[in-house]
Amino acid sequence: MKVLVPVKRVVDYNVKIRVKADGTGVDLANVKMSMNPFDEIAVEEAVRLKEAGKANEVVAVSIGPAQAQETLRTALAMGADRAILITVDGPIEPLSVAKLLKGVVADENPNLVILGKQAIDDDANQTGQMLSALLGWSQATFASELDLGDTTAKVTREVDGGLQAIEVTLPAIVTADLRLNEPRYASLPNIMKAKKKPLETRTPDDFGVTVSPRLRVIRVEEPAGRTAGIKVAGVTDLIEKLKAEAGVI
Amino acid sequence: MAILLFAEHDNQSLSDQTAKALSAASLIGGDIDILIAGKNAGSVADAAAKLSGVRNVILAEGDTLEHRLAEPTAALIVNLSGDYDTILAPATTTGKNVLPRVAALLDVMQVSDVIEVVSPDTFKRPIYAGNAIETVQTTDATRILTIRTTSFAAATGDNAPAPIKTIDAGSDGTGLSTFLENILSKNDRPELGSAKIIVSGGRALGSAERFQEVMTPVADKLGAAIGASRAAVDAGYASNDLQVGQTGKVVAPDLYIACGISGAIQHLAGMKDSKIIVAINTDEDAPIFQVADYGIVGDLFDILPELERQL
Ligand SMILES: Cc1cc2nc3c(=O)[nH]c(=O)nc-3n(C[C@H](O)[C@H](O)[C@H](O)COP(=O)(O)OP(=O)(O)OC[C@H]3O[C@@H](n4cnc5c(N)ncnc54)[C@H](O)[C@@H]3O)c2cc1C
Ligand SMILES: Nc1ncnc2c1ncn2[C@@H]1O[C@H](COP(=O)(O)O)[C@@H](O)[C@H]1O
Repeated sequence: MKVLVPVKRVVDYNVKIRVKADGTGVDLANVKMSMNPFDEIAVEEAVRLKEAGKANEVVAVSIGPAQAQETLRTALAMGADRAILITVDGPIEPLSVAKLLKGVVADENPNLVILGKQAIDDDANQTGQMLSALLGWSQATFASELDLGDTTAKVTREVDGGLQAIEVTLPAIVTADLRLNEPRYASLPNIMKAKKKPLETRTPDDFGVTVSPRLRVIRVEEPAGRTAGIKVAGVTDLIEKLKAEAGVI
Repeated sequence: MAILLFAEHDNQSLSDQTAKALSAASLIGGDIDILIAGKNAGSVADAAAKLSGVRNVILAEGDTLEHRLAEPTAALIVNLSGDYDTILAPATTTGKNVLPRVAALLDVMQVSDVIEVVSPDTFKRPIYAGNAIETVQTTDATRILTIRTTSFAAATGDNAPAPIKTIDAGSDGTGLSTFLENILSKNDRPELGSAKIIVSGGRALGSAERFQEVMTPVADKLGAAIGASRAAVDAGYASNDLQVGQTGKVVAPDLYIACGISGAIQHLAGMKDSKIIVAINTDEDAPIFQVADYGIVGDLFDILPELERQL
């Protein structure tokens, strides 16, 4: 069984981003970029399926600038077998990503696509669901446990009230939540090996997909800030302040 | 044209997140219908019918809709979509699961987590874990939105009831996935989403037992909901539905007490719109103090029992 894993190059999760003064966007110049954390989890899950003998090939795919090759090399170093980069400069919306991924699925015929549940830059939480819709496949979002069989998969999902278990027929789309696994660090030898693994480059034209945005970004601004308050000496002081000053208890 | 609001409920009661999303819908303007997809959900439809500003309640019931699995539910909404130019839902795990599927089937780009309605086609939403707010204008014929409910007050619910129309559940999208079971965590505390006070615990709590021992008495005294950081949930001190943050629940209570939580960006994303924030942390440089109105530098194992005694 073949597993496809879409991975996005995003601002590293430790970076505190800055909004550009002219309100046109977020300043990404000289900012550390990494693989979207949820996508690391997705890669890890796919690699574990291969190690368990349930999958025989893991293909990583990224849509983004040429530098997204680094993200794909990370996926290869974690254990993916080969990689596909679809080069697009500038931001790209989930709907366009889903259309491109649909094209990759048509070429590759995977039985399973594992995506991250959300990209930590746009926080959209859409692409997996959209891809599933475009393919007419089953979908299991926010997965914290995946039990893959031959024709079905049992997935435990993180939902508002706790957990929900569902069974999906294959081929299926799964989106990874935080507790699906703990991704490994790639070892140095594996990083070296990854440099020799195949990485193929394509363009949106190859898939006949136009990637023009549907949402017009009018402005990007800083959120209303909070200023640090005061330190209080102890519990008595705190209760007094919460009652008299803040009026919340 | 009109607006379709996909309601959040558990077949027995209507979630107040629906009433909050309804307020967002009212700001967009137009006739608003509420869709209840479920099974034996008549009481939910009755509750929805009483919300202010509702034209019709549409009730679709059937086995395949009982748990609002994404595939049949999205197909149902797509079948109704011709009558609406806006389709929205609260940004619950159900809304997030179903609406992007609807959007792709209609070839529309969804606007996720709307926090402000600027005009009927222009919305504000947080990006980068809430560290930036973008204003976006949709260009699609149908607008599909999920609503971050902490940003909107609930619509009132004691109006003269709107008509309830029953429709067929349909069979599109069925058979792709099957519901097995819900493993819902039981607690009789106020819900995180609607609680006035939240006491939230982090990695510092050290174990599930100590989390219970130290957090619960304070929460009981305050009538508060309990929340947790990702670290506390990952370590098994608290259940996953208590996680507050970028990928957990977004909350905005009157009072949020963060105990032994460092204040990572991803945690702040879920609670920094709280009215008053209190932080208890041994590290006086912990980032949580930068957003806290009142901070106590100290050991939570001393401070929380003391707080409980003095309340
Ligand atoms: C993609 C992604 C998504 C994430 N989403 C979320 C999310 O939704 N929610 C979330 O919370 N996190 C999320 N995180 C994790 C986040 O980055 C932090 O790792 C996490 O919030 C840390 O939890 P913590 O503050 O409990 O633990 P720590 O950062 O370890 O902090 C523990 C704090 O306790 C203090 N302390 C220790 N002992 C005591 C004591 N006796 N008394 C008082 N204070 C004490 C320490 O000084 C420290 O500040 C996410 C991370 C990623 C990568
Ligand atoms: N440009 C991209 N390249 C590859 N995968 C992507 C891209 N954008 C989104 N994805 C995948 O879709 C998931 C959800 O992204 P989003 O819907 O943008 O929150 C991510 O975790 C990735 O797995």
